[in-house]
Amino acid sequence: MRGKSLKVKETIIEKALFLCAAGSVTAVALITLFIFSSGYSVLRSYGPLNFIFGMDWSPVNGEYGILPLIAGTLEVTAGALILGVPAGIGCAVFLAEMAKERWAKLLKSAIELLAGIPSVVYGFFGLAIIVPAIRDWLLPAVQKIDPDVPASGFSVLAGAFVLGIMILPTIVSMSENAIRAVPLEFREASLALGADRRETITKVLVPAAKSGIFSSVILAMGRAVGETMAVLLITGNVPKVPTGPLDPAATLTGTIAMEMSYAGPEHQSALFAIGIVLFILIVILNSIALAVMKRFGGAV
Amino acid sequence: MRKRKGNKIIKSAVFFGSVRLAAAVTLGILALLLLFILVKGVPHLSLKFLAESPENMGKEGGIFPVLIGTVYVTLTSVLIAMPLGVAAAVYFSEYAGKGRLVHIIRFFTEVLAGIPSIIFGLFGFAFFVVFLGMGWSVIAGGITLSMMILPTLIRSTEEALKTVPGAYREGSLSLGATKWQTVVKVILPCCRSGILTGLILGIGRAIGETAAVMLTVGGSLKLPVSIFDSTRTMSLHLYMLASEGLSQEKTYATAALLILIVLGINWLAGFIGRRLTKE
Repeated sequence: MRGKSLKVKETIIEKALFLCAAGSVTAVALITLFIFSSGYSVLRSYGPLNFIFGMDWSPVNGEYGILPLIAGTLEVTAGALILGVPAGIGCAVFLAEMAKERWAKLLKSAIELLAGIPSVVYGFFGLAIIVPAIRDWLLPAVQKIDPDVPASGFSVLAGAFVLGIMILPTIVSMSENAIRAVPLEFREASLALGADRRETITKVLVPAAKSGIFSSVILAMGRAVGETMAVLLITGNVPKVPTGPLDPAATLTGTIAMEMSYAGPEHQSALFAIGIVLFILIVILNSIALAVMKRFGGAV
Repeated sequence: MRKRKGNKIIKSAVFFGSVRLAAAVTLGILALLLLFILVKGVPHLSLKFLAESPENMGKEGGIFPVLIGTVYVTLTSVLIAMPLGVAAAVYFSEYAGKGRLVHIIRFFTEVLAGIPSIIFGLFGFAFFVVFLGMGWSVIAGGITLSMMILPTLIRSTEEALKTVPGAYREGSLSLGATKWQTVVKVILPCCRSGILTGLILGIGRAIGETAAVMLTVGGSLKLPVSIFDSTRTMSLHLYMLASEGLSQEKTYATAALLILIVLGINWLAGFIGRRLTKE
């Protein structure tokens, strides 16, 4: 009798644990449901193609074209990758292959601590240092050549700088792991064949670690696309397609965060529709990273 | 022959030079960021700053209600996410097989971990604030954050559970304990510090989060009393101060405090984690 009730209890507990585990499925389902249902009405009335490829974002006049926002997000992200990826991979190579073991450990844990710094702090840093630096040092020089350049300092370049810094910890930490995971035999074989250390690194180690490095770049890209607070403070939030690095820009995330507080019903729905676009973009990027890691047996 | 060798040496020098430069730039800029904010902010930190209420929208006075709001929101999120996260991890590591369903659940956990915070904010606003009628409140922000930190908690608890040797399970089961008794009395106590590490990391993430909180807690500067009051967390306060340019001094002080708290928390998590590996 007692054995039976014990068995029932165990089964109930197992079911309850299963429900908890399924909690994340519920969460993702709820998020998807609410974002899509809230954004649906504008997508339908304005037309999804007009929405995505429309050049004019001015909610006051009922215009909801998000191409300028997509362009802003992509330009800032591309800039961040151009600035952050070479520095980050260089740093990973340094830590994995060149630095003394003790220093490498110390520096790496310092970098991982930095990954925890809130994004709003990076944004504030950009606002306090990088925007003024561009305005006071870079712009006077550029203005001699092109007098029409926007003079505020809030720009794609400033956003790219700050995001480039923000993604460094992700890239350094994951790439370093990937390079370290390359078996010692690879190094020995390469050196034994007469390659010097530079050739071993560039022709053997980095190619062998490329799936880990690639995943780190994709994840960093996802982080840059989804980042809100840092770009909100420094890109200027002007919804026009930026034509140069010194133009101000608005991003998908920044626009949602800026305008949500005062948006009317239709405008709100449009902001949710931006959320849909962002959501799909991020899921695609993360799936690529996951697939690459799985495919190559991920050294991460 | 000699020329080629010289070429190689030059190439090497250029390569190692640029790698060193990249490392120096990376480490230098991260150090600069920290030092800059700490040097400008720490001198303005004082007991008065921590214990006083803000005046003029934060232009003067301290950040006491903001600290309380941060603690409230963070505690709410952790209290909700912790049991769920540990239970989910126990299921994954002790009960689940390798079935299709488990695979799907794991995939969704990964998806949840990758969703950007502003999307959580949008969802929290649509669901908790509007649909469930909670209004901008501690509880709406807390639940939204709990969803955000759930994957972190699941992952770290699972890692901790993996470190418990299989012999412990077998020993307990062979003594006649049921599976659940084994989990509660043997396995979970064994990986306390691992679970604690995950908890602390979750707290760190919750404190630093801004975008999700911005759309769900409102931003009131009043001292929150009930969990249905609107409030403001430190990171949101920092954003408001920075974007409105109210007071340089208070902005730097808030930023420095936020950095110190988050670094302290992450260091603590690392410390406990290292102790765990020694055990």
